[in-house]
Amino acid sequence: MSGARERRTASGERRAQGSAQLPKTPTSRSYIKRVGTTFLLLSVFLACAVEAVEALTIVLAVGLTRGWRSALQGVAAGLLLLAAVVAVLGPALTVLPLKTLRLVVGGLLLTFGLQWLRKAILRASGYKDLRDEAAAYQRGVAAAQEAAADKKPLVDDWYAFTLSFKGVVLEGLEVAFIALTFGANQHDIPLAALAAVAAVLTVCAAGVAIKAPLARVPENTLKFAVAVMLTGFGTFWGAEGAGADWPGGDAFLPAVLAYVLLVAVGAVWVLKRRRAAWAS
Amino acid sequence: MGKLKAFGLFWYDFVIGDDPLVAVLIIAALAGTAGLSTHTTASWWLLPVIVTLALAATLARAVGKKKGG
Repeated sequence: MSGARERRTASGERRAQGSAQLPKTPTSRSYIKRVGTTFLLLSVFLACAVEAVEALTIVLAVGLTRGWRSALQGVAAGLLLLAAVVAVLGPALTVLPLKTLRLVVGGLLLTFGLQWLRKAILRASGYKDLRDEAAAYQRGVAAAQEAAADKKPLVDDWYAFTLSFKGVVLEGLEVAFIALTFGANQHDIPLAALAAVAAVLTVCAAGVAIKAPLARVPENTLKFAVAVMLTGFGTFWGAEGAGADWPGGDAFLPAVLAYVLLVAVGAVWVLKRRRAAWAS
Repeated sequence: MGKLKAFGLFWYDFVIGDDPLVAVLIIAALAGTAGLSTHTTASWWLLPVIVTLALAATLARAVGKKKGG
């Protein structure tokens, strides 16, 4: 490329840039890296917190209704499986070339993020019921009270074990996916894992303290924010992986996130108006 | 075979979800961006545009289902 030079992005990748772009100073590179790290921590923490709230509701309903021994065995087995998934996929992701990683992860985050965003927009505009942890807890308690106890080797109550196990694995898989993809892209899986563990511990501590589902957590708002971040990061990394250069490089990420937020808020506004028009 | 199918369905639902149109549009947008990037450096705009259209399309389908249902 004539007149082109290479520069290093916040994540350490060397990339050719047109001569029209100014080189980044060490101060601006450090600032961009801090912004990237902050978004990484915030995204992983919020995503993990909302998933942990849902898993906690299931485990609390089972544990308080049928006893803690089998419920906690299910939690432990679920966490072991998730740790194995992270241990296998984490190193595998880090050996991929950065461009390939960003293309694959960007595409996956986009399909994943747009699912979250569609649900969040439908909830915010009244087309889908808001997630209610208290109601979900009551449904879990009712189901747990009706189910018969079935003893298996090492597990006294198979129903309590499998329900807790499924709750932790299904909610945790999303957490593991988000932490791994964000961490691998920022070359900092340990930091992403730390944010994920901090979120889970915070939610668990709150749940143990009040011994009830965390119904007062603004879960629907948090999900909306996480959906915007997943879609924004997916767009940014997906385009880079496909060979596009963002104006200003990594510094453009906040603009992409702001754009996705604007589109999402606009969609809520339009759908609310349509809903009101149909109702009148 | 039943368990294998259930395993496959789980991952399909996990990644693709209930609207495969979104996944199709995203793959097309990434391929389009890659193709455009070989001709010009200003190819970054394509993905945000298609993401916006994909979101509008999936919301319209979801709202249509609600209205129809």
